[in-house]
Amino acid sequence: MTEQILRMSGITKTFPGVKALQDVNLSVRRGEIHAVCGENGAGKSTLMKVLSGVYPHGDYEGEITFEGRRCEFGGIRDSERAGVVIIHQELALSPQLSIAENIFLGNERARRGLIDWNRTNYEAATLMKRVGLRENPTTAIADIGVGKQQLVEIAKALAKEVRLLILDEPTAALNDDDSAHLLDLLRGLRDEGITCVIISHKLNEVTAIADSVTIVRDGRTIETLDMRADQVTEDRIISGMVGRALDNRFPPHEPAIGDEVLRIEDWTVYSPNQPDRKVVDGAALSLRRGEIVGLAGLMGAGRTELAMSVFGRTYGVHITGRIFKDGKPIEVRNVQDAIRHGIAYATEDRKRYGLNLIEDVKRNISAAGLPGMSKRGWVDEMREYRVAEEFHKSMNIKAPSVSSVVGQLSGGNQQKVVLSKWILTEPDVLILDEPTRGIDVGAKYEIYTIINRLADQGRAVLVISSELPELLGLCDRIYTLSEGRVTGEVPRRDATQERLMHLMTKGQE
Amino acid sequence: MSSITPADVEVGAKGDGGPPRRPGRVSLGGLSLNLRSSGIYIAFALIVALFSVLTDGALLTPQNISNIIVQNSYVLILAIGMILVIIAGHIDLSVGSVVAVTGGLAAVLMVNMSVPWPLALLITLLAGALIGAWQGYWIAYFGIPAFIVTLAGMLLFRALTLTVLGNQGIGPFPDQVRTLANGFTSGYLGNIGLGALGGADLFSLLVAVAAVAGMVAAQWRSRTARQGYGQVVDPMAVFVLKMAAGAALILFLVVQLARFNNLPWVLVLLAVLVLAYSLMANRTVFGRQVYAIGGNLQAAVMSGVRVKSVVFWIFVNMGVLSAVAGIIFAGRLNQAGPTAGNAFELDAIAAAFIGGAAVQGGVGKIVGAITGGLIMAVINNGMSLIGSPSERVMLVKGAVLLAAVAFDVWTKRRAGAAR
Repeated sequence: MTEQILRMSGITKTFPGVKALQDVNLSVRRGEIHAVCGENGAGKSTLMKVLSGVYPHGDYEGEITFEGRRCEFGGIRDSERAGVVIIHQELALSPQLSIAENIFLGNERARRGLIDWNRTNYEAATLMKRVGLRENPTTAIADIGVGKQQLVEIAKALAKEVRLLILDEPTAALNDDDSAHLLDLLRGLRDEGITCVIISHKLNEVTAIADSVTIVRDGRTIETLDMRADQVTEDRIISGMVGRALDNRFPPHEPAIGDEVLRIEDWTVYSPNQPDRKVVDGAALSLRRGEIVGLAGLMGAGRTELAMSVFGRTYGVHITGRIFKDGKPIEVRNVQDAIRHGIAYATEDRKRYGLNLIEDVKRNISAAGLPGMSKRGWVDEMREYRVAEEFHKSMNIKAPSVSSVVGQLSGGNQQKVVLSKWILTEPDVLILDEPTRGIDVGAKYEIYTIINRLADQGRAVLVISSELPELLGLCDRIYTLSEGRVTGEVPRRDATQERLMHLMTKGQE
Repeated sequence: MSSITPADVEVGAKGDGGPPRRPGRVSLGGLSLNLRSSGIYIAFALIVALFSVLTDGALLTPQNISNIIVQNSYVLILAIGMILVIIAGHIDLSVGSVVAVTGGLAAVLMVNMSVPWPLALLITLLAGALIGAWQGYWIAYFGIPAFIVTLAGMLLFRALTLTVLGNQGIGPFPDQVRTLANGFTSGYLGNIGLGALGGADLFSLLVAVAAVAGMVAAQWRSRTARQGYGQVVDPMAVFVLKMAAGAALILFLVVQLARFNNLPWVLVLLAVLVLAYSLMANRTVFGRQVYAIGGNLQAAVMSGVRVKSVVFWIFVNMGVLSAVAGIIFAGRLNQAGPTAGNAFELDAIAAAFIGGAAVQGGVGKIVGAITGGLIMAVINNGMSLIGSPSERVMLVKGAVLLAAVAFDVWTKRRAGAAR
């Protein structure tokens, strides 16, 4: 059990001007699940790319020994031949091809150059059974959910006779059920003798599943903890990741709650893909000035769909219901209406819906408030610059200047740019969808501070989050959503994770 | 601000100290240039220098410069519209056919129906707008890819041209239209001597001096305003160098033109269009929204940009500019023909991409597209001066287009790898 399957020693990887990894060491025992933890930008993904040959030998310094042999991978094909397979955070599946075709993509079951379809589908079915995927091998990837797609990736790795499986944030996009299934599957694979290296931000999963944890910080290995020998808590891992004890994850906040500013009644939304399916079903909620309200729900409960349909009908069809702003009914037909009525929505997917990554900080900040800083269609560029400079300072955006390109900032700073953009429109109501997703622990604290400040300015903030501790630490009141219906409303003092989870899983009676 | 300082974490992760690497930048003794945005101008200068040598200076003679401008004006006008279309992430394959049909319409109105020329021009421009609105509707509101809509338009409007013209050329045009397309400003203030260079038109020279003064004043104002807000500006030496280069270019161009036949009217028109559209692209809400749509369509929608309306108007604008080009082209030949504008769309698209537009949209400049168009114009002209056969000209133009886009992709890939 103590035999090492992998040893990486003295790994240094330099990008021009930046040392991404510095003398990193990683030892993985055969047949264990080994977690690699660290903040965003700590170098976890770079390390895994070195291991899997994405950065070929010679591109880095240091040695990799796998199964007792020194490895010099020239590319992914080399590492896969040795039995090292990496599954990236963004799944690499071809959506229009079938499950079976994807499993054997680049590894086709062929005879004399022609695909043997019977063998392909038969072997795919066998592999699918092994990973617990109950689907037809000929179903297209686009027709199955993200959770099942993740299983296809694992089946694909198994098809390559994997001995060391690397998973980069495998549960980031999964709901709790799918995550639990995936973790069970990894335990099963471990018992079959497949070693796993898993990168995860979800520390509860790490403590639940990992046999060892290696902590990376600022491109260096800090320590490796043996989860079986010691009592390792989440707080213990966090303190290793940030290099200091994290006594308080949430800034203290004394709310000053005023009058109701937004009320939504009998809100029903149908899915644009399946127009007979209700995604939001008669939802009602109200927000008051100075109040931070949470919206909890499992993946697929309709949280984002509810928020986006309210925000200028940017999601859904056949939307019915009433919106009241300061007690008066309003019509919000599009995003322009929403902005005019003081409603802002910061998306959960910054890169896709929130930012123009090739544009600079300044122009991203002004993207929604541009009409407000222009006269007869002409932009007041100096005012734009001044405003951007103010946000640069007040939001503590870490960018060399407001002319820096947004795509080169870290996740936390990108999120601050998104928040600045919406604060500029002077909203009374901010809907923040997963405001700290993909953001490291330190920057999270800053985002929480900003959210508190927004509430103190008399705005209502609706926070949508998958992390219950975040909602508990931040919100004055929490709504729960299950299957498109509001199933509960819990004030802060009564809220516990267990109670919320109970309400979030309440089914249709 | 709190017990946790994420600054340490993030800065540390990116390596301690030292400025972040700027990919695609070269440093020459304190002068640093962004290759991706300046490369095109350097390339243009090199190509001009190359052909001046190859043609023993014939390229830069007064008459030849005038020819290059007049012969390529319509493609440059199309390039202005095309770069906006491309920045927004679309394409327009129909402009050549729209040039033909609007030129044909202008001819029918002025020649066959004897409509007064100002009214005929107005109607032609409106027709261009209508054509743009037709295509813009299908693209923006109906959601058909621009590639398909304008490919259909390419056939539709060519067919319409043949119908309108009855498969024959129509001409001649009224003098005023011919002057606009082919003529020169008259010497309002007479000639003055320039020593060894001979006589030159005083009015043209005054225009040039005014243009240089205007350019320097505008750049200086913008520079001091930026400095006032602590923004990073070019060092003084670089600023002076850039201004001197710009002034030298304008003065050289105008002096040469003044020695020949004064300023071509199309050059005046082109200068006005370039100035107006550059301002529009950078300084208006509409222009910004064009870039926002091309940079990230979804984010633009979620930021309250009326994407459909913006895309619609971009195509209306393209239609109007195509009509302008159609009138100029027909006026220059003094005849509207059924094959007019053949393959102009390809020249305009090539100009935009050589001029630094990104294939994915969101990036590009009006001046860049003009420079891209001029690069092709100089290659065309220079190679014909040295007597190269047309297949070789085509070969070189194809290679230049490929190389320009390859360079763009390469710099972007290096930028990506540094992250």
